[in-house]
Order: sequence, then structure tokens, then C-alpha cells
Amino acid sequence: MSSLKVIVSEIDEAAEGIRRFTLIAADGGELPGFSGGSHVVVSMPAGPRTYRNAYSLLSPPSDRRNYQIAVRLQENSRGGSRFMHEQVKIGTALDISWPVNLFAISRVGRKHILVAGGIGITPFMSQVHDLLRNGADFELHYAFRSPRHAGFVGELQGLLGGRLVCYDQSQGLMLDTAILLARQPLGTHVYVCGPGGMVEAVRNTASRLGWPEAHVHHEEFLAPPVGEPFAIRLRQSARVVEVGAEESMLEAMEAAGVDVPYLCRGGACGRCELEVLATDGVIEHHDHYLSEDERRSGGKIMPCVSRAKCSFIELNL
Amino acid sequence: MNNLAYKLDAETFRGAYTFHNSPAAIRRFPFPFDQDHYMYSVNIEPHKPGAQGSVYEHPFDIDEHYADECVDKWATLDQDRGRYAALPHMMDAQWDFLELTMESLARDYPAQFKLSKHGERWTWNNLVLGIEDSFVFGDASTLPMEPFEYMGRQVQGDFVLLDQREGTLFADAGFITSQADWSLAFDVGMSWHEWHGPVPQVEKMGIMDRALKFLMSLQQGSPVRRLNWTMTINPRLDTSPEHYPEWGPDRLKVDAGNAGEKAHLRVELQSLFRLPRSNAILFSIRCYLMSLEEMATYPRWVKRFHRVIRDLHPDLLEYKGIKVYHEPVVAWLSQHDDGEALPPGTQPE
Repeated sequence: MSSLKVIVSEIDEAAEGIRRFTLIAADGGELPGFSGGSHVVVSMPAGPRTYRNAYSLLSPPSDRRNYQIAVRLQENSRGGSRFMHEQVKIGTALDISWPVNLFAISRVGRKHILVAGGIGITPFMSQVHDLLRNGADFELHYAFRSPRHAGFVGELQGLLGGRLVCYDQSQGLMLDTAILLARQPLGTHVYVCGPGGMVEAVRNTASRLGWPEAHVHHEEFLAPPVGEPFAIRLRQSARVVEVGAEESMLEAMEAAGVDVPYLCRGGACGRCELEVLATDGVIEHHDHYLSEDERRSGGKIMPCVSRAKCSFIELNL
Repeated sequence: MNNLAYKLDAETFRGAYTFHNSPAAIRRFPFPFDQDHYMYSVNIEPHKPGAQGSVYEHPFDIDEHYADECVDKWATLDQDRGRYAALPHMMDAQWDFLELTMESLARDYPAQFKLSKHGERWTWNNLVLGIEDSFVFGDASTLPMEPFEYMGRQVQGDFVLLDQREGTLFADAGFITSQADWSLAFDVGMSWHEWHGPVPQVEKMGIMDRALKFLMSLQQGSPVRRLNWTMTINPRLDTSPEHYPEWGPDRLKVDAGNAGEKAHLRVELQSLFRLPRSNAILFSIRCYLMSLEEMATYPRWVKRFHRVIRDLHPDLLEYKGIKVYHEPVVAWLSQHDDGEALPPGTQPE
């Protein structure tokens, strides 16, 4: 998988617990262009382990001098966000993937409603630039706990004016998705990124109001949950890989030198799907990708976020 | 830059059909058969820079036929404006295409193509075709035509721009003047499964689903390619359904005497690029033609091709339109095959 070498050129506090990193190309040249809503996967060499997390690009897509990402320190960080907050300094060299977009604006949509909760604002930071450039009809609805926790409000106000609506929960302002979606004209698309409950609320409301599924977009990167250790048996290569309690199947295979394709590492894109041949336990699916039928059949797993409660799971790899 | 040493005589892909390959062009031909039997496969590989002088050396291969092929393209487009189509939401993808092709050509063929940038003010100089324009990147009104048509006219091959939405890909723009019997006017705006609808066997749908899934996660900076092939009678680029009366009847005029000159192996180098601004996919189809006589300058190729064509499954003979002239082609090829066992691989002697 080809990667880009970058250097951290600036770090600033975007909000409480949220740090913004500015990245420039290590060779001093331009970085690849990208489309609004794209993310990069950052590799973080934390001692013997390498964490890889996906972070949305915040910077204007037309500006190829640098990329910006925002990282919130997770309370129960397995190491990724802590590494970014504690180890990364100005001048630190990092490997990042080329930009990938799993949360693109529909180019045939008539109107676009963007709904952000907290750190979920990040993919919209680049999207609004594309929407402005293309003269699209759109609104950004941004809900946060308190002004202390809300990054980028000033920037967004300057850019968007009346298209930005903020919901400061500390002031008792709550986003009512039913009211918001009910007043939209036919042909509107809604995009939501935020806590699980908010994503659910928007999807359920849209479904109840009869919105076509193709008009409802969401992005939620999951962190791989912890569990109990187990073993992966690889049928084709006749190898066994041990998965620790605090690492994902994908991370364990990578650490063992097994080449597994991936893109988002957050259970959203489907790229790392693997075929399950056998297990003596149960698969714990945590992804957003597999259908109910596929989960029931037990024949597939997304190793970036899912694991198994078992002593072994055998994969066709 | 040997592959750009132009022949002095202009060659044609219609009328008198004066197209021919130089020995150097034959040698670099992307011969697709690595064994005596052809099996359909997805055969996708990274579109990485290949050996110097090969058709894979650069993302977009420009060769000795460049100028004449562009002239043929323009003639086809002038006759039928429907060969170019771009839906309005594809404008970002059009600029992506212009940027990718201009940057590639100027970097890979600096003696032929020059690009200079001063902020958003770009100047493009195509020294082969004598085209020079200064324009503002992102402002289509500063170019003589839409950006996709502008550069589509100056790069060998056919191009489709695919928009990714609703869990599939839509063919929402195309510049198609050398297609192997399919119609842009018919397919534009269609989704992946719609435009593959005519593919006969149901079990192929599994392949189509997997290929779609693969393409949906195609990454910027990691283009892929595959070879496809068919046969064409006379060196004709425009074998479109719209112009069938101009080329269809020629398929009945092949005999064992003229097959070497008339029958051509047609190889498509298909490559796919994820585009940055639009998140669209560029599907590029670069066509290479070689007559059987030209192929016979490398005995290993002509022997192998004889065996492939002789033993091709009847369904594939039908699908590729070879059935009507199969017999004379096999008869011509058999004279060049002594039955020698051939090593695996596609390389010529």
C-alpha cells in the first residue's frame, strides 16, 4: 500500500482535548489533492506496536501545501490518540495513507443537510469548501456539549455565515432531527457524523419520513473494542497468529507480517473483509458493513474492528 | 522516446487503411497470451511504471500512431457528436482528467508536451499537434471547449468518467471514438450493473459484484490495469454500433489468402485511476492493433495465437464477433504453426 511521508509543522488546541495537526510533505512539495469528506490513515509507531487510525482531512481540498487533521484524546485510548497527543511534536515524521473518501457529497443532490456532533465536525470541514466552490444549496448543523468542547466554530462562522446553525447543549439548545428533516424539500441529502446515538436518530428519522436510503449518508469510524485473547488459524499459509486482548485481528496479523488489505480500519468500507472457515466460538461483529444475513451466516468478518469469543478462528488466507 | 519517432507518411484507420506498425511498435505490442489456451479472468494488476520503452512505462502511453490517431478521433467526433457526453455534475472530474493527463504527458514526454503553471493560470503546449492554450484552471469558459473534450482529443484512447454514489458507479461522462462495439449514447448515465446487463451468463454476476467492490475502494495513487482483447477486420478504431454498415460487411470478406493482412489482434490496455477532486474514477481504454502478418514477425506469438484462436470456446467466438471469419483466420495462422512446444510468457523472441 503506497503511503505519503509527512512532517508535523504545527500543533494547536482546537478545543478541550482536541488537537489540530498541520502536516506538510517531507520532500517539501505539494500533497495530493482530495475531495471533501476524505480521510487519511495515520501510522503511529508506538514502541513495538504500530497503531493506524483514520482521521478526516480538515483543510481546504484546493490547498495542496498542507493537510490538517484533528485528534480528540479518547478517554479509553488504546494508544492511538494518546500517541498523537503525547508523543507527536512539531517536526515529527509520520507515514499517512493517500486520501480516501468514504463520505462524499452526492453530486446529484439538490440540497445538502450536514449534521455534526462534537468531533464529528471534522469531515464537514473540507466538505463545506467543496460545497461553497460548487455553489451548492446546503446547511451545517453543529451540536456540541459546550463552547469549550467545540472546535472550529469561529472559522466556520466566517466561512458559512447563516448556513451554520450551532446547538450548544450547555445552553439547553438541542438538535431536533425530526423537525430539521421534516421541513426539507424532496431531493435533499442528509449527512451525519457524530456519536452513535445521533447517527441512529438521523437514520431512523429519515427512514420514518420515507427518505430514500441513498439520500442518507453517515460516517462513523469505530475503534476496535478490547476482548479476550484468541488465535487465528490461516488455512492457506498454514500459520497461527495470536490476537491479544487489546489489539484487533488486523493489527495482530500485520504485526505477524501477514499482508491484509484495508482502507478505513473503522468497520465502514468493507475492504478488509475475510472469509471465515471455522471457529469453536462466536464471532463478535462490530462493523457497519456486513448485512444481517451475512452476519448470521458466520462466513465473513471485518478484522479491523470485529473479533471472536473463542479459542480459535480459521480464515481462508 | 523512440516510440514517438513518427512515420513520415500519414496513416489512416479508415478508407484505404494505410495504418501499419513499425518493427519497434510490433516489438512493444502488449501481446496478452501467456499460454496456449485462453481463459477468461479478471487479471487486474497495479498500473505501475513498467520497463523502459514498454507500453507500461508511463500512465498514458503515447506512441508512433499518436498524431494520426488523434486525427481519426476528431473525424469520428465530427461525424457524430454523441461520442462525447458529460453530465453537468461531472465538471470537477473533467478538471481532474485534464490535470492528470496534462501533468503526465508533460512529465513523461517533455519534448512533445509542455505545461507551465502560474497559480491558476496554466499554459499547455502540444508541440506534436501544434496546440497552445492559456487558461484558468477551474474556469471552463477560458478553454475553447470543456476540459474533458479538450484533453480527450489530445490523448490516445477512449475515456469514461465514473461517478461513485449510492453504492455503485455511474458512467456519467465519456469520450468514445474507438470502442469495440458498444455505444456511449446508449450507456451514459447507467450504473455498473445496468451497463454490464448484456453479459450473458448469470454466474458472471458474482464476478461483476466482486469487480465493483474492488473498484469502489480503488485508491488515489494506486491505479490498476488489465488487458482485454478481441479481433478487428482492417485496422479500424471506430468499430461502433452506430457505424456498423461501414465496417460490419468487411467481416465477411476475409479468406485464407488475405487474413494475414486484414485480420488484426485488438488489445485494450484498460487502466483505472481514482481522481482527487471529484472522487470519480477514470476508466481509460487504450487500443493497440496488429495485423496477423505483423504478428508473424515473431514466430512465438503467431504460433501461440493460432492455438488460442483455434481452441477458443464457441461462446467466446460468438461474444467477440470472431465466429464469421474464424475458419479463414485459423487456416492462415496454421501455416505458421509447426506445433513446437512454447515456454509460458508473453514476451517475443
